[in-house]
Amino acid sequence: MAKKVALLQGNDACAQGALYAGCMFFGGYPITPSTEIAEVLSIELPKRGGKFIQMEDEIGAMASVIGASLAGSKSLTASSGPGVSLKQELIGYACIAEIPCVIINVMRGGPSTGMPTGPGQSDVQQARWGTHGDHATIAVAPASVQEIFSETVRAFNLAEKYRMPVQVLYDEIVGHMRERIEFPEAGELEVIDRTAPTDSPEDYKPFDASKSDVPPLAAFGSDYKFHVTGLNKAADGFPTTKAELVDAEERRQISKVEKPEARADIESNEEYLTDDAEVVIFAYGSTSRSARYAVNELRKEGIKAGLFRPITLWPFPENRIAELAKQVKAIVVAEMNLGQMLLEVERVAKGTCATPFIGRVDGEPINPGQLIAQVKEAL
Amino acid sequence: MTKRYEIRFSGAGGQGLITAGIILAEAASIVEGKYAVQSQSYGPEARGGASKSEVIISDSPIDYPKATVVDACLAMTQEAADKYANGIKDGGVLLLDSDFVKNEPKGNFKTYKFPITRTAKEEVGREIVANVVALGAMIALTDVVARESGEKAVLAKVPEAFLDLNKKAYSTGYDKVKDLLK
Amino acid sequence: MAYDYDKSLRPGKLPHIWCPGCGHGIVMKGLIRAMDTCELDRKNTAIVSGIGCASRISGYIDACTLHTAHGRAAAFATGVKMAKPEMNVIVVGGDGDGTAIGGNHFIHACRRNIDMTYVIMNNFIYGMTGGQFSPCTPTGDKASTTVYGNPDPVFDISKLAIGAGATFVARTTAFHATQIDKLIAEGIKHKGMSIIEVIDDCPTTYGRRNQFRSVIDMMKRLKDMAVPVAAAAKMTAEQLDGKMLTGVLHKEVRPEYTEQYAKIIDLAKSA
Repeated sequence: MAKKVALLQGNDACAQGALYAGCMFFGGYPITPSTEIAEVLSIELPKRGGKFIQMEDEIGAMASVIGASLAGSKSLTASSGPGVSLKQELIGYACIAEIPCVIINVMRGGPSTGMPTGPGQSDVQQARWGTHGDHATIAVAPASVQEIFSETVRAFNLAEKYRMPVQVLYDEIVGHMRERIEFPEAGELEVIDRTAPTDSPEDYKPFDASKSDVPPLAAFGSDYKFHVTGLNKAADGFPTTKAELVDAEERRQISKVEKPEARADIESNEEYLTDDAEVVIFAYGSTSRSARYAVNELRKEGIKAGLFRPITLWPFPENRIAELAKQVKAIVVAEMNLGQMLLEVERVAKGTCATPFIGRVDGEPINPGQLIAQVKEAL
Repeated sequence: MTKRYEIRFSGAGGQGLITAGIILAEAASIVEGKYAVQSQSYGPEARGGASKSEVIISDSPIDYPKATVVDACLAMTQEAADKYANGIKDGGVLLLDSDFVKNEPKGNFKTYKFPITRTAKEEVGREIVANVVALGAMIALTDVVARESGEKAVLAKVPEAFLDLNKKAYSTGYDKVKDLLK
Repeated sequence: MAYDYDKSLRPGKLPHIWCPGCGHGIVMKGLIRAMDTCELDRKNTAIVSGIGCASRISGYIDACTLHTAHGRAAAFATGVKMAKPEMNVIVVGGDGDGTAIGGNHFIHACRRNIDMTYVIMNNFIYGMTGGQFSPCTPTGDKASTTVYGNPDPVFDISKLAIGAGATFVARTTAFHATQIDKLIAEGIKHKGMSIIEVIDDCPTTYGRRNQFRSVIDMMKRLKDMAVPVAAAAKMTAEQLDGKMLTGVLHKEVRPEYTEQYAKIIDLAKSA
């Protein structure tokens, strides 16, 4: 049977991806350019017994998402710059309390109200460090409507598997444009559900990492009674200030994402013509589309250009970038900000190759012409 | 070299030009299996004032999703013509609603015109389908999708009670332009 | 025979953090008695709190407990209740947590009339941070950030709740220990948003700055200030000056939020 296809807006595809992943709760607050996600889910969730709530503010939306997740529902919120700034408090809560949830950030210009209807990519470091305290981050950056669907599904999977908030960042261009999408059939994409605890309710400790560094999370309203707090806590979930326990918990919560096996599982990159490349453009989201266009044009001129596109932004693909830095003369970093992922590329390249930069914050996308000129200059 | 074709629909907010763009993208990508990307103006710009919807159609995946220099442009109002009829490539085409655009934009492109809105009102019977008249006209002008593909996409989009009206609007727009091209 | 609180308390989590003379323990015991009265299954009961001394109750009672971020309890609780409407949801917290940083969540939870019972302990002060004034600190009173006297007007929590749409609003004090559990139980049984304001005392950070020589003085004041609603009806405005009405202040029947949403689900499914 032919697959179901449709011309879909990026934000609509995000909502459809969430439903595919089994999302049963959305808590949100209206904000451009992400609102279509809420609109679609307000229609679709109740059809399958799911819940949609428009909360009083962005913080409340994030709070409701954590509450619903703790009650056992796969949960989602969606917002944009100013809203995501407000959510940071409770993104941190979801990190320390290890509550799975997905946060969509349809990036616009900033800071503050910035350019609500213009695209931006200037929230990528906020995704990493926006909430206070040390913590691991998983963030993905789809670049097409089809990929918004599949990465939203993957974000839910990663949230459930690693028991933490996962952010999906895409810019307004991809969020608002329409492209043809093939809907994956049920079972075609992997859908990961939360691991249920094997310990009895009497023995259950919500943060007991003796068997796995991602301890299973029970649901409120099942047979399990337990305590969840935003304070540093011991394995039983109750607050502690014991130095060795606090230290071990903090380190475990970071290493569950950053240890090599987890990185290999979480990282996802696309490489285009990098094998023999002398210069590689590092770009993600809609910028990567301009970059691919530029690479094709450059290749026609005989210039060995390639594209490295991180689909997982965090954890940063440091091993691969370090390898590429040894291979190429330059990694041209292009992003709609004034040098955010550039810092990571520079950190990892450690001067082994040049790292020229193109950034734009004027609400206009980086066009292929700019990239072609920059690559030529770099050679 | 794969062919990349860019079309811009522009007019006043509320004229249904975003829908026209979406239908064209559906005709290309769903009906004909080509690649298409549709985007549009957002925010205050999209309510009243000049509004635009852009469609890129290609035989291969579309990398850069924004219009660069458009091959074809529709302007339903003077404001839209002033604002959006720039950036038409040399040898491109511009279609105007002759009742509303009196100052024709100048450039290295061919301009075609007919009273699009009036045609919808008087020949089709409802002003509200001016966008579908315009869509039929643009498809006739560009041949970027087959006539039947456009019609199929239109009919898939509209409520059943309005099938005939939209069918008539589409073919009226299409035929008007084919007559102009004769 | 002494009331058995231990069965509801988590072993090993006491002693609690509260100072001698603090009323929060009285309220917690009242909450436990009310939960018993209503025969709540603690496995199916979420106790959600924010940040502050009062919010620590969630750590002591053996249930599904969620100690959230400052002010956010009502919003977290809304998520829990929406996801599992069959759960009993109780929110506990203080005046600063609930009406300042959490004021927006508080009023909107009231407006929705979502079925939860919010026990808000009003001791007029931010206790945990050392006694800064809250929206409920009486004008003119001393706090660590109002050493010249508090210039701010005061929130009347119960009136705020009624104005915002809560369908059951009651008030009592930490002195009226036996009324606490009765009102909370009534709130739990009520379908919709129930606010139980308990006027509480903080001898450590409020009492000592405001000329209360002892906890007993503070308790006496709570006793003197409280006027039951029925008694107040027979009193003059003059007599009521400086007093506080206690008992059930407001009760009405209005559609409950998760029941309303269940209708949305039915509509969506049949559409």
